[in-house]
Amino acid sequence: MATEKVLTSNIRPDLSYVDIAAYESSGGYEGLRKAMTLAPGQVTELVKQSNLRGRGGAGFPTGMKWSFVPMGADAPRPKYLVANADEMEPGTFKDRLLMEGDPHELIEGMATAAYAIQADVAYIFLRGEYLLSAERLRRAIAEAYERHYLGKNILGSGYNLEMHVHLSGGRYMCGEETGLLNALEGKRANPRTKPPFPQVSGLFGKPTIVQNVETLCNVPHIVKNGPGWFKSLGKTQDSGTKIYGVSGKVKRPGLWELPMGTTVREILEAHAGGMRDGLKFRGVLPGGASTDFLVADHLDVPMDFTGVAKAGSRMGTGTMIVLDDHTCPVGMVRNLEHFFAQESCGWCTPCWSGLAWAEKALSAMEDGQGQPGDLAHLEHICRLCAPGNTFCALAPGAVEPLQSALKYFREDFERHIAEKRCPWRSHE
Amino acid sequence: MQAQEDLSVLSPDERQEIEAELGHYPNKRAVCIDAMKVVQRHRGWVSDESLRDIADLLEMSADELDSVATFYNLIFRKPVGRHVIMVCDSVSCWVMGYDRLRERLMKRLGVKVGETTADSRFTLLPIVCLGACDHAPVMIVDDDLHHNVDAENLDEVLEKYK
Repeated sequence: MATEKVLTSNIRPDLSYVDIAAYESSGGYEGLRKAMTLAPGQVTELVKQSNLRGRGGAGFPTGMKWSFVPMGADAPRPKYLVANADEMEPGTFKDRLLMEGDPHELIEGMATAAYAIQADVAYIFLRGEYLLSAERLRRAIAEAYERHYLGKNILGSGYNLEMHVHLSGGRYMCGEETGLLNALEGKRANPRTKPPFPQVSGLFGKPTIVQNVETLCNVPHIVKNGPGWFKSLGKTQDSGTKIYGVSGKVKRPGLWELPMGTTVREILEAHAGGMRDGLKFRGVLPGGASTDFLVADHLDVPMDFTGVAKAGSRMGTGTMIVLDDHTCPVGMVRNLEHFFAQESCGWCTPCWSGLAWAEKALSAMEDGQGQPGDLAHLEHICRLCAPGNTFCALAPGAVEPLQSALKYFREDFERHIAEKRCPWRSHE
Repeated sequence: MQAQEDLSVLSPDERQEIEAELGHYPNKRAVCIDAMKVVQRHRGWVSDESLRDIADLLEMSADELDSVATFYNLIFRKPVGRHVIMVCDSVSCWVMGYDRLRERLMKRLGVKVGETTADSRFTLLPIVCLGACDHAPVMIVDDDLHHNVDAENLDEVLEKYK
């Protein structure tokens, strides 16, 4: 089957700016135009039927999320739609491509989603370091206002929507839904208690939908072409296409839009070109830093929500990080736990304390100071940080690569302790 | 060092840029991160004096604003050099040779990560994943993202920043 490009079809090889005229000439804003002819609830229904699931990591069904927003004359106002463009999951670089390469697609997706929930204001919560994305989104938003896709009385429908870009102050916690809302309110990005859920009481206490960039970019295509078409794009029961990425020591690191459910093997071998000469594949974090390792036994796993979950991990963001045999697995996990310990907001104890201890033990192991009890200690931390024990998903995500490394690369940890050194480091 | 003195009140430009953001939010304090970034763009960092001025403008206490400032990686509460290098220390860049790049940077600049060179030309800071993992190792200097930085091309990259 030839791969149908949906999300990336307008993106130019030189990544130059696609302006509103170019976007419209390839069918852009037709999804929004069609949505405006439907009732808001009908748009939500189309997205529900399409089985679109969140592309930011958690995979929650998008249409279902929208259906929790209070509708009608009695609904609290203003309502908000927020694009989570805080791409900070280590190893993840797909939303940058969408925002730099075709910014109008996100704006159309946001306007369409906002219409479905009857939002009054939309924010793009953007990473502070994504300056080119900021420049292009602002330029595209100005063009969209001029052509009445944003602002008052959009396309003569009587519907109004304001859209603004917020550049983040920078912290991984801002990617967590409720942490993001606190950050947008000018506060520290600590997570909030749920319930109330943001769909009912979110930004400034009003109904709010937070949705990943790639998720939103799918929306106008679903409205335009129908849920049946969207479902047919995927190879498995999970619908649509997916932007997959590979980084690490492969021949051709990069991003590819492929049918949902393409296997790990096809992505790594056919698209990323396989391992660099002289290196062997040892494992892969399938969907960013906070997912469990998969190993050679899992190469034929389809990269979709169900397939990767069955293999004991998560599809996450769909951007893979490859571990080769010349790279120390303990060192890699130490790097990951350093990140998570640093980015913990300090709100709950298993996270701020547990992750710091994990980093400390792994650093000691790398420096030849590992102790026989360390592996049991690390496993204990993984249990303490399990889902249900912490306020948000940061710590449970943080221990996913650790617990799976302890399972698949145990002999490497043991060697560090027994030999009192990192076997991958050269000795002077 | 002159750069550490920052006793002046918000400039008309800074005030105007902050006020432009106020229209995007339903209350003043929501603008505080944007406001600190405005001041940092003009002055390189956010001094205690600037912090107080921003807090006054947004009707917050200075302590409340500082609790926000110190939470975020991209708000600088200490003076920095003329150019800020932020080198990615996350997993993909680590796999692709971050350790060697860091060593080279420290040797070339004569500072550790977190420090500023004696001539105030560069401040060297770590940063988390920059979302350019297919071009690792990467770093940002001021507003520019540099792909595939290694010991061989590092000097050439730094040469552009005087």
